[in-house]
Amino acid sequence: MSKTKIAIIGGGLAGLAAAMKIAEESSATKDCLVQMFSIVPVKRSHSVCAQGGINAANNTTGDSPHQHFDDTVYGGDFLANQGPIKRMCDEAPNIINLFDRMGVPFNRTNEGNIDRRRFGGTLHPRTAYAGATTGQQLLYGLDEQVRRYESQGLVEKYEGWEYLSTIFNENNQCCGIVAQNLTTMEVKAFPADAVILATGGPGAVYGRSTNSVSNNGLAVTSLYHQGAKYANGEFIQVHPTAIGGDDKLRLMSESARGEGGRVWVWGDPNKKWIDNDGNERPCGEKGKPWYFLEEKYPAYGNLVPRDIATREIFKVVYEYKLGIEGRPFVHLDVSHIAREKGIEYLDRKLKGILEIYEKFKGVDPHEVPMEIFPAVHYSMGGLWVDDNTQMTNLDGVFAAGECDYQFHGANRLGANSLLSCVYTGLMVAGPEALKYAKSRNVQAEDTPSKVLEAEVKRQQEFLDKLINMSGPENPRKLHHELGELMTANVTIVRNNEDLEKTINKIDDLKGRFWNSTIPDKGNWANQSVRYAHQLYYLFDLAEIIVQGALNRNESRGAHYKPEFPERNDEEWLKTTIASYDKSTGKPIISYEEIDKSLIPPRKRDYTKKSVVGASKN
Amino acid sequence: MSDTKNKTVKFKIKRQITPDSEAYWEEFEVPWKPSLNIVTLLMAQHENPTTTSGHKTTPATYDANCLEEVCGSCTMIVNGKVRQACTALVDKLEQPITIEPMRKFPVVRDLKVDRQRMFESLKWVEGWIPIDNTAPIGKGPNISPEKQEFAYNLSRCMTCGSCLESCPQWSADESFIGPQAIAQAVLFNTHPTGKAKESDRVEALINNGLNVCGNAQNCAAVCPKEVDLVAAISEANWQATKHVTKKFFGVR
Ligand SMILES: Cc1cc2nc3c(=O)[nH]c(=O)nc-3n(C[C@H](O)[C@H](O)[C@H](O)COP(=O)(O)OP(=O)(O)OC[C@H]3O[C@@H](n4cnc5c(N)ncnc54)[C@H](O)[C@@H]3O)c2cc1C
Ligand code: SF4
Ligand code: FES
Repeated sequence: MSKTKIAIIGGGLAGLAAAMKIAEESSATKDCLVQMFSIVPVKRSHSVCAQGGINAANNTTGDSPHQHFDDTVYGGDFLANQGPIKRMCDEAPNIINLFDRMGVPFNRTNEGNIDRRRFGGTLHPRTAYAGATTGQQLLYGLDEQVRRYESQGLVEKYEGWEYLSTIFNENNQCCGIVAQNLTTMEVKAFPADAVILATGGPGAVYGRSTNSVSNNGLAVTSLYHQGAKYANGEFIQVHPTAIGGDDKLRLMSESARGEGGRVWVWGDPNKKWIDNDGNERPCGEKGKPWYFLEEKYPAYGNLVPRDIATREIFKVVYEYKLGIEGRPFVHLDVSHIAREKGIEYLDRKLKGILEIYEKFKGVDPHEVPMEIFPAVHYSMGGLWVDDNTQMTNLDGVFAAGECDYQFHGANRLGANSLLSCVYTGLMVAGPEALKYAKSRNVQAEDTPSKVLEAEVKRQQEFLDKLINMSGPENPRKLHHELGELMTANVTIVRNNEDLEKTINKIDDLKGRFWNSTIPDKGNWANQSVRYAHQLYYLFDLAEIIVQGALNRNESRGAHYKPEFPERNDEEWLKTTIASYDKSTGKPIISYEEIDKSLIPPRKRDYTKKSVVGASKN
Repeated sequence: MSDTKNKTVKFKIKRQITPDSEAYWEEFEVPWKPSLNIVTLLMAQHENPTTTSGHKTTPATYDANCLEEVCGSCTMIVNGKVRQACTALVDKLEQPITIEPMRKFPVVRDLKVDRQRMFESLKWVEGWIPIDNTAPIGKGPNISPEKQEFAYNLSRCMTCGSCLESCPQWSADESFIGPQAIAQAVLFNTHPTGKAKESDRVEALINNGLNVCGNAQNCAAVCPKEVDLVAAISEANWQATKHVTKKFFGVR
């Protein structure tokens, strides 16, 4: 019998955690080989961008895994199956301990324990952090352990390879993948007994976001074309605090507020807002900073969940017209912390992000309040996966990390993503994929070569078709158009009329795409053909998002429709599922019930302290 | 403000189509905008790959991922200095801006180089904490805030290669392992659990030319993450001295 082979696509936190676990479980028998595929060297994956921290209940502060579970479900506006979230929150403290043993340099208390800070949507300091580059430090910890297994021959890395599709045998069981070497441009089949997709978020749909360049959505959308279900696509998180840029929107982490940072604009008592009891109140005082989040949400203050902070900033700028000097920005201020506690104190906690601000803006945030605005950041939606195993609806294909849909409902709480990435890779998708791979009847190695070659041929022919396109359109310009369209219509505020128009415009872009020319016809490190290939898939990913949003006539979490301003559990407390219709190229939308057996849904209200929902467990 | 309307940015890219073909320069000019950086210039070149003289060329291949100087991908030589393209702001650079690939690593194409050797050297020094397993057996050792700060500083290394590029002693085909891997070896040697492998790591450093370092300190000067390479190298030398002495006296 030949070795079991598992292909892991992506080497961010989720992919590396899965690789580490599988290698560990087979290190005695040495009968399984992990093959990792990543566009970039895994140590350069997008997870390095994560700044603020990772959540795990810390019992010493009156917190508990149950409180963490409740905050997560409540923060996500109840749009997520509760079982997986509970298991994740229960395991979170073990995950932090493991990273601690792996040498991750978390900030410390005087006694030498791991320090915690508060993040959005909770009243407890629950977030472990390493300066303001926590994702980088966690990723390096995993990267090191995987390198250790690599040097023992248990893991093989294919860095600079892009996954293109999965290969299925005649029983529709996964038996391998097709990937392309981005230097030689070779397209090749790799037999695999199980496949884990851990390819991260889809930021590229919006053109500019806080995501890295490699978050291009190709892998996930290609799998959707092959029959995978995509869930809750319309739930896109727009982060309240980022700085602009032509290439990227750069995040100023929620940890800035967790450490005491305050959001404000200059007050203007002539402008009014209406409070929960219907009273008209002034927008601050003339000539004084108006800390609008603190005033409107006394219980959570600057640390309300992201969907709420984002909408408030949007209102301040566009409704009250109080943006800084009339521009679409508000202040995020940490300068008082530098004054009160010293620059060194501030740097120990936030240096990573303050450096970014200073490098790109040329202004020192230790002294001057920052100027920020919301930016597309994260996708709560993703590949539909089974509650217990993280397997997609395709036999033998698993998903983990930001590319799945399981944990964050309609709105993700800060510092919960690093947790769900590691949890799914390490504790679910990794071990479940191994179990699956070992128990299958037909080994992938025995797949007839004509099955493998047929998929290689299909991919190669498609690439050839792209390279031979000709016409006046320019893929880069089409991508800008798509990004602007999506950002204008499918982010903070959504209207049905605009959404309908957006779908038509995407169709139009799809047609124009085939009328473009790729400026490089070569077959050596050709980045232009790759770019076009990714763009081809982005249109369909965009359509999943827009169609889901158009259908959902309610407001919940990150999805806000002024025409339907209330949450409507009776009709809409259900998961959106998109499946690809091969004949029309459009998503077919259906819905699935949500498991709410542990915490009964209750209304979200962050003006008051949330009271933990009754648990039936 | 009227003159910003027609303002442009002039830049030159050193092109090389394959690893063994001849390098040559191409010049470009794109409209100026506020807060451009070198990656945005390259994106503009991809959108319109036409030289200043109107010649249609190909988009220049380059690496970039995070676009906020934390992944290390986009290291190149800008106006003669090694740095990250994503944080190289156009308004602070003299024009025409010259953009070249790193010189010490093999060119794959244009601005993309092969830095695999940097990841390999992390294997030579066993750059990891040798944990027993991932079982839930409780927390790690307590670490003082001072020790954490020391470790965090070294652990911010993003494998960008700037230090190797600037080191007079290092080249991709010679045996000197270079400052990046030395600093990582020190990182793991100073961790309470990592210490168990200290002598193996020090042995690897000695066998890979630790003593070749001439203390030029260029590495520390160019490191974008302010990794304290001078302190790390001196710590490595101290660990090596201890190791050699112990070996001499037969202590294990
Ligand atoms: C600026 C920023 C700050 C953040 N801060 C926090 C925080 O403080 N706390 C928190 O919990 N979350 C945070 N997040 C969210 C979190 O960082 C991400 O959700 C998480 O890192 C995703 O990890 P991942 O393992 O799913 O994928 P990623 O880290 O995105 O990795 C994806 C991997 O897939 C590979 N890949 C993609 N497509 C292909 C393909 N076709 N073929 C081969 N390989 C492919 C890539 O090369 C990469 O290795 C932040 C996000 C951003 C953008
Ligand atoms: S030590 Fe500094 S210069 Fe050297 S690779 Fe690391 S980050 Fe780059
Ligand atoms: S793109 Fe990551 S360092 Fe520049």
